Amino acid sequence: MKILAALCLWGVIWCNAIAAPVTIYKFDSKENEAIFYKLSDELRCLVCQNQNIAESNSELAQDLKQQIYTMLRDGKSEDEIIEFMVERYGDYVLFDPPFKPLTWLLWLGPLMLFFLALVVGMKAIGGHRSEKTNDAQYSSDDAERLDRLKSELNQSSDKDKV
Amino acid sequence: MTASRDSKKSLRRFLPLAIFVVLVGLLAYGLTLDPRRVPSPLIGKPVPVFELPLLDKPGTLSSSDLRGEISLVNAWASWCVACRSEHEIVTELSRSGLIKVYGLNYKDEAGNAKQWLKRLGNPYFVNAVDRDGRVGIEWGVYGTPESFLIDHNGIIRHKVIGPITPSIVSEELVPLIKQIKSEMS
Repeated sequence: MKILAALCLWGVIWCNAIAAPVTIYKFDSKENEAIFYKLSDELRCLVCQNQNIAESNSELAQDLKQQIYTMLRDGKSEDEIIEFMVERYGDYVLFDPPFKPLTWLLWLGPLMLFFLALVVGMKAIGGHRSEKTNDAQYSSDDAERLDRLKSELNQSSDKDKV
Repeated sequence: MTASRDSKKSLRRFLPLAIFVVLVGLLAYGLTLDPRRVPSPLIGKPVPVFELPLLDKPGTLSSSDLRGEISLVNAWASWCVACRSEHEIVTELSRSGLIKVYGLNYKDEAGNAKQWLKRLGNPYFVNAVDRDGRVGIEWGVYGTPESFLIDHNGIIRHKVIGPITPSIVSEELVPLIKQIKSEMS
């Protein structure tokens, strides 16, 4: 139990140690601040992939945030900063990849799959329906037979009465 | 008529299996890829413009110094474990005289870096100090070690992400160096 408590305590201290390096950036305009947070939200941290650089505390993420900050301070626009990052780290750095021949499959793939599923689904339903109409034909044959049998039955019952 | 319908039916029956097999194939291929290897968009482009102080002597290393000869720029740090593992191969490559090896000491303490070189040996022609990692960003460095093969025109021709291994030397670097040499003559 004591060991468990010690472990918990250690965990708490360790988490605090990790959360410690938070840099506070000061901006000269609200717009720049908005761009800063937008960009650090949209850019991928390349070391801890699946995290953006806003969420990540890795050194590279901090450096990239610092880079964005300095570029904004130097009067660079949002597009210029994105271009800077893509030139060095490739489209991979963007969580929102651009639409170009290389990424056509990426963007259109889900749509294509959806339409494929739609076509297959329609065909499956259509096939099912035509089978049902076959059933209906059979049942109309059956109905004729049933009528015939009924009339036969009536005739026989008439005979019984007599 | 019925025969073709039967074959159609059996084809349809195997369609899910076929899709499944293709999917497994794609996923299996995906497992062999390393998501940490982000292809560099800098390949085929001139080296980024930079000027950095040297580690062990006065002076600077700048992008214009990386012209005229085939060179390898190796981003390393004393805190980087994988750099330690490639050190021997980098040393061998440097000694072979095939290529001029430059060091980019990335986000390191100068004292630690010097000690590291003293202890393990210095394979580098010169070492440029990138204390805050700003030049590393220019080069698209996102971890160490990373190595860039640069041709005589100062164009980045290849990037090795992670430690250089003997097979990377023999299969990637040496053939490319030979090719560049043939382009030079």
